[in-house]
Amino acid sequence: MSSKPMTGAEALIKCLENEGVEYIFGLSGGAALPIYDALVDSRIKLILVRHEQGASHMADGYARATGKPGVVLVTSGPGATNTITGLMTAHMDSIPMIVITGQTISSMLGKDAFQEADVYDLSMPVVKHSYLVKSTTDIPRLIREAFHITSTGRPGPVLIDVPKDFSAGPFEGDLYPEMDLPGYKPEDRQINKDDALAIAEAINKSRRPVLLVGHGALIAGAQNAIMQLAEKIKAPVVTTLLGKGAFPESHPLSLGMLGMHGTAYANKAVAECDLIMSIGSRFDDRIIGKPDMFCHNATRIHIDIDPSEFGRMIPCHHYCQGDAREVTETLLDHVAQLNTTEWLSTLEKYKKRYPLTYKQRGGLKMQCILDELNNMLGGKGIVATDVGQHQMWAAQFIRSEKPNTWLSSGGAGTMGYGFPAAIGAQFGRPQEQVWAIVGDGGFQMTMCELATASINHLPVKVIVMNNRYLGMVRQWQELFFDDRKSGVDLEGSPDFAKLAECYAPALGLTLKRSADIGKMLKRAMDYNDGPVVINAMVEKTDNVFPMIPAGAPLEEMLIKEPRKNTKLEKPTGST
Amino acid sequence: MNMKNNTETIHTLSVYVANKPGVLARVAQVFARRGYNIDSLVVSPSMDGRYSRMTIAAKGSLAGLDQIIQQVSKLVDVIHCTDHAFDSAVVKELALIKVAVSTNERTEALQVCEHFDAKTVDLTETSMIVMVTGGSEKVDACTGMLKKFNVVELVRTGKVVMARGGDTT
Repeated sequence: MSSKPMTGAEALIKCLENEGVEYIFGLSGGAALPIYDALVDSRIKLILVRHEQGASHMADGYARATGKPGVVLVTSGPGATNTITGLMTAHMDSIPMIVITGQTISSMLGKDAFQEADVYDLSMPVVKHSYLVKSTTDIPRLIREAFHITSTGRPGPVLIDVPKDFSAGPFEGDLYPEMDLPGYKPEDRQINKDDALAIAEAINKSRRPVLLVGHGALIAGAQNAIMQLAEKIKAPVVTTLLGKGAFPESHPLSLGMLGMHGTAYANKAVAECDLIMSIGSRFDDRIIGKPDMFCHNATRIHIDIDPSEFGRMIPCHHYCQGDAREVTETLLDHVAQLNTTEWLSTLEKYKKRYPLTYKQRGGLKMQCILDELNNMLGGKGIVATDVGQHQMWAAQFIRSEKPNTWLSSGGAGTMGYGFPAAIGAQFGRPQEQVWAIVGDGGFQMTMCELATASINHLPVKVIVMNNRYLGMVRQWQELFFDDRKSGVDLEGSPDFAKLAECYAPALGLTLKRSADIGKMLKRAMDYNDGPVVINAMVEKTDNVFPMIPAGAPLEEMLIKEPRKNTKLEKPTGST
Repeated sequence: MNMKNNTETIHTLSVYVANKPGVLARVAQVFARRGYNIDSLVVSPSMDGRYSRMTIAAKGSLAGLDQIIQQVSKLVDVIHCTDHAFDSAVVKELALIKVAVSTNERTEALQVCEHFDAKTVDLTETSMIVMVTGGSEKVDACTGMLKKFNVVELVRTGKVVMARGGDTT
């Protein structure tokens, strides 16, 4: 060891090590040089990406798969701004993530210096908190605070902007300082017992209850408590897109996902219930359809760790602020065993009458591939998706049985998320089989990370659902815009199997016939030297159903494809 | 939480914050994103130098404002955020009004000032600066009366608020 004094960057890396960081996802550059230099002597493994957006999604995927904060390190200016999409994705879905950005030297701030971007201000609406380092001495405290903030309460990303003179400058001070967060005390929030009792009383009066389980339940580790509650009150469970995994979808009480492309029986249950209790969901516009019609005759209950969600989308009769697991466990002591036999048999009829199906004839279908993959996985493995038709079908056909095995960009709907998120998940959980279900549109936004996956010999398995269209947008144009296609034709994309082969040891496969699905998936499962890309040449113009047009009430769900030439009104909802 | 009141009312929020960089921008952003206009904003250090007090007057529906209060309260550097629309808090502001008055109008102008307990803090041959303090209605009324003369400039501090008695602002 040299006797040189420690630099700010070395202190920073030491603090990250103390926080238990295993991996940093990033790409270097001028303003980050001192920090990258300090990484050379660290036990933290640097994962060099090909684009900073990829780094941010990898950290996000790592966080979702492990529950630990993902860490990103990039340079200033464009390096920093390229992480904004990843920050927004993580912020919308309450993901713990730390993004450290290099910055120009402090005396040049505000002078439009080379690669200077005011990322501290730019990122403000998409972070839980952010810091601009003002002195070398502050670094350890900010790192400690950042990790505390990102992973407690309602998690969310934290950005730390580090001017180069502070990372390069000598460090003086305490590596283990006290935090200074007088306004942030999530641990102080005790559950209000009266709220919980009122909720239990409402549940005990219910004959047709539904439990709506969201991502908050997974973050809190509430799955066992929810299982006990559901079984005690014999209530069916619907999950949000991000709540998948909080309740095993093979369980008889599970109705799968609700919402715009949820199962018909989940949406029917919600439309006909007399009580709906959300545990860690935020009544997102994709699940409530028309806000003033949503469960308007039912008792509505909202449990959330973040009180700013209360009444934001719909007013509820009862609110209880708190950790999803703690609240559910509290409720368990006060709810009675309900008689819901009639209710469950009604729902059982709906399940039989409106199953998730797809046509067996015709060309290769995404649903068919996903159905077969689901059977082969048997509830094991981790599935990351991109955004679009394939995502909705995956949500329908891939049954999530365990927490932290379903990674999907819900709130943000970020195309390009799936593949890098799968890479991050594979780093975090090397023993698991990780699948990325992506579309030909989204994959092309971050497919440069094939290099990252190959060089690290990650056996991530990618299925590119290649329909040569931006499928979901095309579906909307077909249904609501007289099939006038505008900006959705993706002709001219490369042969993804051949492309994969360029990134040896990646393996490229082409899937054209339904009969080959099993064989092809098996080949991918057996290949572990590097990533596998299956270029699945699926039907060009299939549509996702059931579907509730944006802003329409759940009762107006289209269970099947409407007849040709049916005129549908343009949706009034946001998107 | 109920949509009990969608009519627009003026609310005076008192926000107690840790004196950290960026906190004003974060608070302002919550208002801006929800489409609220801030009528006035006062930021000053509190007795304890580690904290600052913001007093924000904003107009809008109660339902929307509830959301804003929740979202401001949730910011990491905010200690608490309180709406003083309905309690009996002391709400005051100060205005400086520059009035161009000739010598023969001056007496009448000074009578107006006297009525409102306003002070002249600058006086020249052709103009005077009037300082008036009090509730917003009083400041409005005084300004209104002085409009009879030639009001050249008007500066108002915006409202500051303090809870009465044992209540915390």
